[in-house]
Amino acid sequence: MSGFSFQIDGVEVTAKNGQTIMEAADEAGIYIPRLCDHEGLRHQGGCRVCTVKAGGRSVAACTQPAAPDLVVENETPHINKLRRDLVGMLFNEGNHLCPICEASGNCELQAMAYRLGMTEPTKFPYLEPCRPVDASHPDIALDNNRCISCGRCVRASQDVDGKGVFGYVGRGIHRHIAANGPNLRHTDAEVTDFAISAEVCPVGCIIRKREGFARPIGERDYDDHLIGYDIEKKRDE
Amino acid sequence: MTTGTTQDTDQGQIALICARHDNDPHRMLDILRDVQDRFRCISRATMQTVAEKTGLTEVAVEGVASFYAFLSLEPKGRVTIRLCDDIVDRFAGLVEVTEAFEAALGITVGQTSADGVFSLEYTPCIGMCDQAPAAMINDLVVTNLTPEKVREITAALKDGKRPEDLISDRFDDLSPHARATRMVDNNIRHAGAVLLGPVPADAGLQKALEQTPARIIEEIEASGLRGCGGAGFTTGMKWRFAAQAEADRKFIICNADEGEPGTFKDRVLLTERPHLLIEGMTIAARAVGAREGILYLRGEYVYLRPLIEEVLAERRAKGLLGKTIMGVEGFDFDIRLQMGAGAYICGEEGALISSCEGLPGEPKTRPPFPVTCGYLGFPTVVNNVETFCHAARILDCGAQWFFDMGTEGSHGTKLFSVSGDCINPGIYELSYGLSVRALLEMAGGEDAAAVLVGGPSGTMIARDTFDRKLTFDDLATGGAIVVFSAERNILEIVEYYMSFFVHESCGYCTPCRVGNVFLQKAVAKFRQGLANPADIAYLKDLSATIIETSRCGLGMTSPNPILSTLENFPLVYSAMVKPPKDRIRATFDIQSAISDARVLAKRRSSIYDKDFTK
Repeated sequence: MSGFSFQIDGVEVTAKNGQTIMEAADEAGIYIPRLCDHEGLRHQGGCRVCTVKAGGRSVAACTQPAAPDLVVENETPHINKLRRDLVGMLFNEGNHLCPICEASGNCELQAMAYRLGMTEPTKFPYLEPCRPVDASHPDIALDNNRCISCGRCVRASQDVDGKGVFGYVGRGIHRHIAANGPNLRHTDAEVTDFAISAEVCPVGCIIRKREGFARPIGERDYDDHLIGYDIEKKRDE
Repeated sequence: MTTGTTQDTDQGQIALICARHDNDPHRMLDILRDVQDRFRCISRATMQTVAEKTGLTEVAVEGVASFYAFLSLEPKGRVTIRLCDDIVDRFAGLVEVTEAFEAALGITVGQTSADGVFSLEYTPCIGMCDQAPAAMINDLVVTNLTPEKVREITAALKDGKRPEDLISDRFDDLSPHARATRMVDNNIRHAGAVLLGPVPADAGLQKALEQTPARIIEEIEASGLRGCGGAGFTTGMKWRFAAQAEADRKFIICNADEGEPGTFKDRVLLTERPHLLIEGMTIAARAVGAREGILYLRGEYVYLRPLIEEVLAERRAKGLLGKTIMGVEGFDFDIRLQMGAGAYICGEEGALISSCEGLPGEPKTRPPFPVTCGYLGFPTVVNNVETFCHAARILDCGAQWFFDMGTEGSHGTKLFSVSGDCINPGIYELSYGLSVRALLEMAGGEDAAAVLVGGPSGTMIARDTFDRKLTFDDLATGGAIVVFSAERNILEIVEYYMSFFVHESCGYCTPCRVGNVFLQKAVAKFRQGLANPADIAYLKDLSATIIETSRCGLGMTSPNPILSTLENFPLVYSAMVKPPKDRIRATFDIQSAISDARVLAKRRSSIYDKDFTK
């Protein structure tokens, strides 16, 4: 396959034809922050946290094709400010109470906030939505209050599990993830589904029952490392 | 049990509706529209049946049913009245009209009467700003409403008359065109040379067929024609890209989802120049090598559906659509009508294609662009109604004729929809390059204090800049010109438009879904007198993030009502902010801050409630 090179924050990166900016960056060990994107799943381009400047234009790195000699700005003060705003929006749109959340320490939203240096409340108002919890399934519960509408579960269930347990319903600020049918019990979801696995839901929305605090605080994914560490360490190797 | 049998027959009828659309998941919007019309509701049982028949998951069906405003999961009345809630309607007496409906029907907006006969709702701009207040009654439109007229309408409907009988006693005998013009005035105030003057039938198509497809595209390119829907992309270039794409199937789609508040020009073209529109689409098909077309008509214009269907049938009968058009061997092209169902976002090219595919109206990731990968993945040209009409006229009268009208970079004429505080609201076909002031003089709107050019996603200008020109390079517009007099409250207008964008955001991307809600709340603070000086910077800052990170044109323009009024009416904002005094925010209200705590604690405050001991 023919390739080409382009630049991210001054670093020369090689890409294959057809790769997106993020795919090429991942291979090169450059982390572009993202929440709705996950390795092995279709790109969605919904959370916009991966916004970069490519050739002077702001685009989503997960869906924008890389191009020869493209100059990409990733971790500039301006881009990081945009990302803080987006992460702030996601926090305030739902009900994210880190101190009482089982996902704390493994949560990508929380970890992203720390990576971006967010240590205090933003100016944004809290929308404090009242979203019902679906605990109908014997092994799985859904707490939509913590959902950030990344849709990773939707794509994982459709494309990897071949099931279609989840989907988006509604529009605008009322758009949300729903189970296929009146509730999760009526679906063919199983706790062993990839869509239900710990790596798919970035927050504490999908809950595997009877599994809480299996790993104690202090030994969690982001207790020792910033989010993106696994990609960035490739560069050092 | 009787309910069981009823349900069985209902599900049988739903299966028939699905079969009528070949159980095709891409026709989901048609299926659900038919179900809604027949049952006034899309129940969970319905979604199960539709999912089974079309091979989709139930949640995928629910995703469509819950996206479009004209589809509902709760039962609606047999007569559903949708009052147009645009700001122009509000200023034209919507409150009194609403009260009259509520009093006569015994329900409030958002409710359905207990007997299941009436539903009353608000809906955003239905494209009748020149005859506001207006409303939809099922598939029909009533305009220029007054409380007296509302009382007549409701009395007749309660008497058991059909909504059709409100339009005419002989409704069924009238032609579709006569029905449409009985319901809605065209209000053509100025006819220009291209579209609203005399137009010879199919002269452009005739000439197009005497040329090669490549020559047609050259002609369109040479004319300088740019898209008339608002974005202004060069039409010839779009056609060229689609023509160059290699594919088994190609599509021509007409965007008749005219949803920008204050725009109603396409309504008039669809009513008075439907043949010219189809002629333009047919020419485009010839130019790019497409055999299939779709005309996407916004749900609010469903009253025009019989008219469009008649025109399509007539043209098929005359050999102007279908196989071997005008006797040209191998030139086959036909068009299907796709009805929308109440979603402004579907005016966005990608969202419109999604909607045609039976999906929720969500924009598509770009690239790839529709000209290479559009409807069902095939090369697709999407153009506005007015653009296709222009194209047909250019083929007839020549590129030079069109190019010579207007100004550098903005050639030809444009239809302007003028409404609001002016004497002659309606349609003006004028060459590009006119000043806003000149248009206001024509429309009798010289007293304007503010003019919104291009609708809420455009620019709000003040008196000192009325000499600015209506061109792509100065004040670009898809056609909306909304006039506001000095007695109107700018912040009320801005708050309305922000609530419009909140209502119409598809919700796919974070900044548009969430950021617009924050903007709306921030503007509300200004209106309530609760804003701090820092809130002006906050508005600008948040707007910039939304514009820069949004996925499609909706979020990239939704902060415009705020940004253009901050720039052109700064005093409106600064007059409302309260500077802090004694290092305490003047706008901080301790009473409202602790009101929730009082409820939770089930007691009053020992410090802030003087009557604590009581």
